[in-house]
Order: sequence, then structure tokens, then C-alpha cells
Amino acid sequence: MLQFVLRRMLLTVPVLIGVIFVVFAIARILPGDPCFVALGQRATPEACAAFDARYGLNEPIFVQFGIFVSDLFRGDLGESIAYGRPISLILIERLPVTIELTLFALTIATFLGIALGVASAARRNSRTDVGTMMFANFGVSIPVFVLGLILIFFFAVVLKDTPFALPPSGRLSAGVIIIPLAEAWGMQDLDGPLRVVIDFLGNMYVFSTLVTGQWAAFGDAVVHLILPAIALATIPLALIARMTRSSLLEVLGQDYIRTARAKGVLERRVVLRHGLRNAILPVVTVIGLTLGALLSGAVLTETIFGLTGIGKTITDSILGRDYPVIQAVTLITAVIYLAVNLVVDVSYAFLDPRIRLE
Amino acid sequence: MKAPSTVPVGLEGLDEQAVAAMAIGEAAALTARPGNLWRDTAKGILRQRSAQVGLLLLTILITTAVLAPVIAPYDPEVAVGIEEGLSQADGEFAPCVHLFGCPEEQPQHILGLDRNGRDVFSRVVWGSRVSLYVGVLTVGFAIVIGSVIGATAGFVGGGLDNVLMRIMDILLVFPALVLAIAIVTVLGAGLINAQIAIGLVAIPIYARVMRASVLSVRERDFITASLALGESRRGILFRRIFPNSMTPLIVAGTLGVAGAILEVAALSFLGLGAQPPLAEWGSMIALDRNQLFNAPWLILAPGIALTISVLGFNLFGDGLRDALDPRLNR
Repeated sequence: MLQFVLRRMLLTVPVLIGVIFVVFAIARILPGDPCFVALGQRATPEACAAFDARYGLNEPIFVQFGIFVSDLFRGDLGESIAYGRPISLILIERLPVTIELTLFALTIATFLGIALGVASAARRNSRTDVGTMMFANFGVSIPVFVLGLILIFFFAVVLKDTPFALPPSGRLSAGVIIIPLAEAWGMQDLDGPLRVVIDFLGNMYVFSTLVTGQWAAFGDAVVHLILPAIALATIPLALIARMTRSSLLEVLGQDYIRTARAKGVLERRVVLRHGLRNAILPVVTVIGLTLGALLSGAVLTETIFGLTGIGKTITDSILGRDYPVIQAVTLITAVIYLAVNLVVDVSYAFLDPRIRLE
Repeated sequence: MKAPSTVPVGLEGLDEQAVAAMAIGEAAALTARPGNLWRDTAKGILRQRSAQVGLLLLTILITTAVLAPVIAPYDPEVAVGIEEGLSQADGEFAPCVHLFGCPEEQPQHILGLDRNGRDVFSRVVWGSRVSLYVGVLTVGFAIVIGSVIGATAGFVGGGLDNVLMRIMDILLVFPALVLAIAIVTVLGAGLINAQIAIGLVAIPIYARVMRASVLSVRERDFITASLALGESRRGILFRRIFPNSMTPLIVAGTLGVAGAILEVAALSFLGLGAQPPLAEWGSMIALDRNQLFNAPWLILAPGIALTISVLGFNLFGDGLRDALDPRLNR
């Protein structure tokens, strides 16, 4: 088992190096002068020369790549042009927002998706099945930004002043103040890496208000997450539901299922224990793969709902031509994707002993 | 052993086994009953409910795109409302349908006017052209490059195969939209650049599909026969393997058009794709986003149009896949 995990991790290394190279190459190899990208098309040659010298762009390309990589391993992602601050600090501040939103959406998508998929497969061609599949087709076809705007219109405009109204933007209502995690735990004097970790966790409002028992703020934070999470969850939800259905249908057609039914096992038990257990593996893979859709969707969702996570950071950087930030976010999302799929593959091996013996 | 197994979203049913089955299935059909292939395939597709609905939606989309100059009452890029002396402040930009009691003396705008006084219905109609063109061209670009890479990798094999496919794996690690944003920022905003970015990001999908189907076709007897007859390797690749590997590519391409339309619209929504005054659905939504509360139709109309187009390609692609995959029950 350990051997499998190690080998799988080792295989990630070349991909990681490739990912770093692609991010580096987009700016340097594609047509388009990084100076113009950063300073605008009308930048003077002198300004460009100064810019190139400052960012080491007049060095040979391999030297540049070497500098880029060694900076990365020191945690230096460069400096934001718009904010004039190290990008790593900006991302540490904002990544928790994205993680919270993505986890929330993924939870909805996983549980609801598997439930819908099982319900459809258990009664093939029933109304539930047809309805679910129609919903799934619709879900993968509606653009995230359109769905987000429709949700805002429905829950913040149509249902305004009813108990079902939901806030359309932001993370907390005006006037709701939460005590930072470090303060609540009496660690405001703490410094160093531990403090960074605590601030990181504290910036996940749902988590930090939950562990410190700030119930009013907790409720407010959750309510603010509902609409963005629904918008973001729709595509993964549809994919998970479809995958669960087709995988379960395949399993339910096998002989041992007929045996189970023949010996009088309750249908419910046949589907959930004999069927779903064996059908779940491909679903786990799809859950890992939907992360790409989730991160792409987070860019649009955060922009629409005004959540300052890394997704909104990248779209804000488009107007400001803040290329280093765009580069850093691209790299971070790819690394997150790699890491999560590494975990998925390892968990796959836990779930299915055949895999690790391969 | 391959690096992280990545299947692009929406193609999760199109795994390597399905690709191989389709490619072999087609080759088998070719050898079994030549001449009936196209008719049989068309029949198989039309038996699928999802393909029927998809085909209907696509027919609507294509008809609208072709007949746009006839259907649209106004020039989509001209501020007709201003020329007619209507004012947004007086609420005259709202939809006006004579049939539903709008005063006859006021010009008819069934979906109202956008912030700049352009007729929204005409823009939605013309937008179908942009979306169709964007989707098909972007995917075409990705398919051509992707299938050459995939076919080369699959046919040549060995070290080249390894290198090419590892590069494709690396590209698949990036969330599509994020990578596309990074590319367009460097290339500069614009519809063509957005298409190039989305196309580049999609290449690995088609490279993988093509490679898988080439690998399955390569081992078939008729290839050995061609080799024995002394046909050149290039001839075998282009005349024997390529045509027989097309089916999975067509399926992936149809589903891919749906994705490309969505992604280019998303880039346009973010201001990186189509630039005003071009009638493109994503940028229309971005333009009037702030009017969501008082004029929701400005967002709903292009939004629904986008959804219908994407749904059409998705459903039709699903139907194609189900009809062409011989492993599924017929």
C-alpha cells in the first residue's frame, strides 16, 4: 500500500514540473510582450526596458525559468502590480474563501448527485429517472454565470421580503462582525507559520464561527454561501448523478445481483449494499475530475456573487492587467487539481484492493 | 502507467474502452455490409430520444443563424432606440409588443432595448451566428491539431507517444477556463484570441480520443493486410487508420462544441472575448448585468439562447455516442 502511494506521488513530480513550465511559458513563449501585457500597449520602450530589467526578462530564457522555479520553491510567487504586495500573501488571504465555497458546493453535488443517481438507476425509465436525467442535461448546459444571475434574480428580487429571500452577494450581512479565530483562541500575539495557518482557517467564516460558537455569524455566513454554492454545484451535481446512474445500472445487471434478489434480499439492500458499493468507484473518480469544472466555475461564481476568493482575484486582475497574479492563480489551481486527484487515486486504492496490486 | 487520469468534463462516458469499441465497431460495420453504414447510423441516432430533442434544438439554432437577416427586425449593432428618440429614463427601453397592448405609435421591440438602445431581440437572433461559428470553428481547430498529435502518438508509439501524451496530460491538469484566461490575457482580448485559447485548451481531449481509437484500429486484420500488400506507412495512417478512427472523434467533437460555446461565452462575459458592439450572448449578459433587478429579460434572453444551444449539442452528442457505441444495448 505504502509502495503504491509513494509510486503515485513520484509520478506526480514530472507533471508538476510540466505544469510549472506551462505557466512560465504562456507569458514568455506565446506572442505578446509581457511588458505590453503588464503596462499596456502604449508603454514606451524606456518603460519596457526598465520593466524587463526589474523582472529579469532580459536574461536568457533558461535562466529565467531557473529563477522562476527557485522563487517558487521559496514560496515567492512574485509581486502583484495592482496591489504592490507579494502574491503569496494575497492568495493566503483569499484561498480560504474559494476552498470554503468549493467544499460547500462539492458536498451538495456529491450527496445530492449520488442520491439522484441511485434513485434513477433503481427505477429505470420511471418519472424520477427521466426527470433526473433531464435535470442533469440541463445542469451541464446552463452557463454558470447565467444560472448565478437567475438565482440572484429569483431569491433576492422575486422572493424579496419573504422568509425564502437569500442574500445575493458578499460573505456576511452588513453589521455582522466576527471575532477572528486568533483572537477567539487568545493567540493574537502569536507570530510565524502557526499564525498564518490560524489566519488561513479563520478566513473560512463558516468553519471559524462554528468552532468558536458564534452562532449568529455562523448562520449569516452559511446563508450567504447557499446561492453561490448552488450555482457552482450544478455542473458537478449533474455529472455525478449521470455517472452514478450509469455505473449502478451496469452493476445491477450482473449475476450476483440476481442471486441476491433470488434469495430474497430486500430491494433496498440490494441496491444500496450490493449495488452501490460496487458502483461507487467510477463515481469517486468523477468527483475528483469535477474539481476542474468546480475551479473554472468558481472564477465565474465568485465574480457574480462578489466573493473575494482566488477566482474573483483572477477576474479582477484581467482589467488591471495584473499578469503575475493571473499566472499565480493559474499555477495554484493546477496544483490543487493535481493534489486532489492524487488523493482520489490513493483513496481509490483504499476502496478497491485490486488497484494497488496492479 | 499513466499520470493522473483526466477525462474532460462532459465526456465522462467516453472512456478509452468506449472509444475503442466505437472505432472497432465502425470498422466491423464497414467490412460487414458496405453501403448501409450511413443509413444504419442515422437510423440508430434517430432512435435515441435525446438525439431527437438535440436535433430539434440544433435545427432551431441553425435556422435562426441562417435566417438571421430575415428574422431580426433591426440591425443588431445599431442603437435604433436612440434614432427613434426613445429614452431609457422614461422606461421606453422596456419590451414593447403591439399585440400585448403596447401603444401602436411606439415602435415594436419584443425584447426591449439594451443599455445602448440596441434591439435585444435582433441581437439575440444574430448572436446565434456568433455562437455557432465560435463553437464549430474552435472545436475544428482543436480537432485538427489534437487528432494529428493523437494519431502520431498512437501510430508511431514508443518514446514519441510517451512524450506527446505526457504533454497532453499536463495541459489537462489546468482548469480550462483559468488556463484560457491566462492565455487570452497574453494574446490580448478579442473573439479570435478567445477561440484560440479555448481551442488550445481543448487539444488534449481530441489527442487522447484519437490516440485511443488509432491504437484499437492499428491491430486489426485489414491493417496487417495493407502492410502485407506493401502500402506505405503514411498511406496506411491516412487512408486506412484515419477514416476508421473518426467515429469517436465526431462524438467528442459534438460534445466539445457545447463546451466551447460555454467557455467562449464565459470569456466574453469576463470581457476577454467578443468586444462590443458585436452581438454575442456572453458579452450581452455582461453589458446589462447591472440591470438584473429592473430589466431581467436583458439577461434571461441571451442566457436562455445560450442554454438552448449548448443543450442542443450536448443532447445530440449524447445520442450520437449511444448510437455509435456498440457495447450499449441496441
